[in-house]
Amino acid sequence: MGAVSTKRLVKKYGSHTVLRGLDLEVVAGEMFALLGPNGSGKTTLFRILATLISPDGGSARVGGSDVVREPASVRAKIGVVFQSPSLDKKLTAHENLRYGGALYGMHGIPLRQRISELASSLRLEEKLDALVETLSGGQQRRVEIAKCLLARPEILLLDEPSTGLDPSARMDLWALVGNLRSSHGMTVVFTSHLMDESARADRVGILSEGSLVCVESPADLLAAAGPEVLRVATTDVPGVAGFLRAKCGLDPHSLEGEVRVSASEAHSVAARLAAEMPSAIASTTISKPTLEDVFLFKTGKRLDE
Amino acid sequence: MNNTYFWRPAAALWHRDVARFLRQRNRIISALVTPLVFWVLLGAGFGPSFRPSGGETIPYLTYFFPGTLVLIMLFTAIFSTISVIEDRREGFLQGVLVAPVSPGAIVLGKFLGGTTLAAGQALLFCVMAPFAGVTFPPHLLPALAASFLLVGFSMTGLGFLVAWPMDSTQGFHAIMNVVLMPMWMVSGSLFPLPVGHSVVGWIGKLNPVTYGVSAIRQSLGGPAVAGMPSLGHSLLVTLGFCAVTYAASYRLVSLRRKVA
Repeated sequence: MGAVSTKRLVKKYGSHTVLRGLDLEVVAGEMFALLGPNGSGKTTLFRILATLISPDGGSARVGGSDVVREPASVRAKIGVVFQSPSLDKKLTAHENLRYGGALYGMHGIPLRQRISELASSLRLEEKLDALVETLSGGQQRRVEIAKCLLARPEILLLDEPSTGLDPSARMDLWALVGNLRSSHGMTVVFTSHLMDESARADRVGILSEGSLVCVESPADLLAAAGPEVLRVATTDVPGVAGFLRAKCGLDPHSLEGEVRVSASEAHSVAARLAAEMPSAIASTTISKPTLEDVFLFKTGKRLDE
Repeated sequence: MNNTYFWRPAAALWHRDVARFLRQRNRIISALVTPLVFWVLLGAGFGPSFRPSGGETIPYLTYFFPGTLVLIMLFTAIFSTISVIEDRREGFLQGVLVAPVSPGAIVLGKFLGGTTLAAGQALLFCVMAPFAGVTFPPHLLPALAASFLLVGFSMTGLGFLVAWPMDSTQGFHAIMNVVLMPMWMVSGSLFPLPVGHSVVGWIGKLNPVTYGVSAIRQSLGGPAVAGMPSLGHSLLVTLGFCAVTYAASYRLVSLRRKVA
C-alpha cells in the first residue's frame, strides 16, 4: 500500500489554480523529494497532505486514510516539520516537547524517556531548559524535529527542512533522518528547492506549475539528461540557440545570457560553435549534468526563478 | 471523550497558557493597572455620594468595584485569546492543528487557560476590597467563586470567538473597542441600568455581561440596585452564556482548522 497517494488533486485560490490534477504515489519506507521552485505548488500539496487545507478536487490518502474524510487518523500517523517553526518561543525546549507530546496523548515516564532519548540523539540535552527564543536557528530546528518525532510517526513530512540551517546543522539533520529511516522504516516526504538535498531521496518528483513533470530516482534523472551538458555564455542567446538547433540538431534551452544544452559530444559542439560564431561566445563550460540541468530540461525553467 | 486525545491535550494547552502568561509580567501588570486606574479616578471623580436610582447612597468606589473586576477579567481574557492570533502567525497553532487533537480539546484548553488567568487576576484585585468598603460575606463565597469562574470562562469565550477568525491583532482591537468595551459599559458596571422601558435598559437586559456583573455584585454582598436580576438568575444566565460561547467556538474550530 502506498504511504502517500493522490489522485487528480486540484487546489485553487480564487481564479488561480495551484494544483492541476496531481497524481502522486509514495511507497511505504521510501524517501521522496518534491522538487520545485517557489510557486510550483509544493507547499500547497504539503498542506493538503498535512490536513491543514482541503483540496478542491481529486483525493489524497496518507497512510491509507483520506485527508478530508479521516483527518484524525491521518494526523495520528504523521509527523510534520514546517518551514516556519511551530515552537512557542516563550517556553523552554523541554516544555515545548512536553506539551507537544501531550497533544499526541503522551504523558508521564514514557514521555520523559522519549524526550531524553530524542534530546540525546539530536544533541539537545544541554539546551532543554533554555527558552526557545534564546536558541540558535539550528537548535530551534532540532527541537522542532524532536517534537514531531515524539509520537514515532509512520510518515514524516518535511517542508523545506534545511531552511535557515547552517551546513553542519544540515548534515546532522539528514544523518538523523537517515537513521530514523533505517531504524523505524519511516516514510519520509520532503519538499525542497535544493538539488543536493533532493539527490538524497530514493525518488524525486519534479513539480512545475501544479503538476508532476516526472518521478524518477536521482540517478535515472541524471542519466536521462545525457552524458554531458554544455553551457554557453553569450551576448547572442537567440543566435547561439538557433545555431545549435539548426546545425547540430540539438534541443537548446535559452536563459538570461546563457544557452544550455544536453549533448553527447559536447566538445565537438563547443568547437564548432567557437569556429562559427567567435565574437558572440564569452565562454563555454562542459560538465556532467546536475539535477538542476534536469529540472531545466524537463520544465524549460530554472529552479531558482 | 477520549482521555488520550481530549483531556491530555486540553490540559497541556491550559498549562501552557498559564506558564506563558506568568513569564510575561508586563501582561499581568497592564491587565490590572488600567482597570485600577479607572477605578481610582472614577471613584475620586464621583466621590462618596453616588446614589443608584431607587437605592441608598454609596461611594462610587463601592458601586464600581464589581464592574472593575469584570473589566479586569475582560482585559485578561482578551490578552489571553489574542495569543490565538499570534499563535497562528508565529506557527505554534499549525503544530496543534496537525496533531490528532479534537477541536473541543483546543477550545477547552484555551478557555480553561483564559478562565484561570482572568479569575486569578480578579482575585488579586480583591486586595483593594477594604478601600471599597467591600466585605466578603462568608456564606456568599461559593457564589463569588462560581461568578469569577463563569465570568472568566465567558469572557475568554467572547475573546476566542473574535480572535479565531482574525489574521491580525489590529482587527481584534477594533472589535474590542466597538463591541466588547460597549458590552462592558452597558452592563450595570459603570452606571446602573435605567429601570423601565428604554433603549439602554433593553440593551442591558439582552447583554449577557449584565448578568456576570450582577452575579459578582450580589456575591460581594453589595447593596441592591433596582431592576437587577436575582443572584440565581444571574449565575444561570452566565452559565448559559459560557455554554453558548463554548459551542460556537467548537463549531468555529471545526469549520476553520486551516492555518493562515
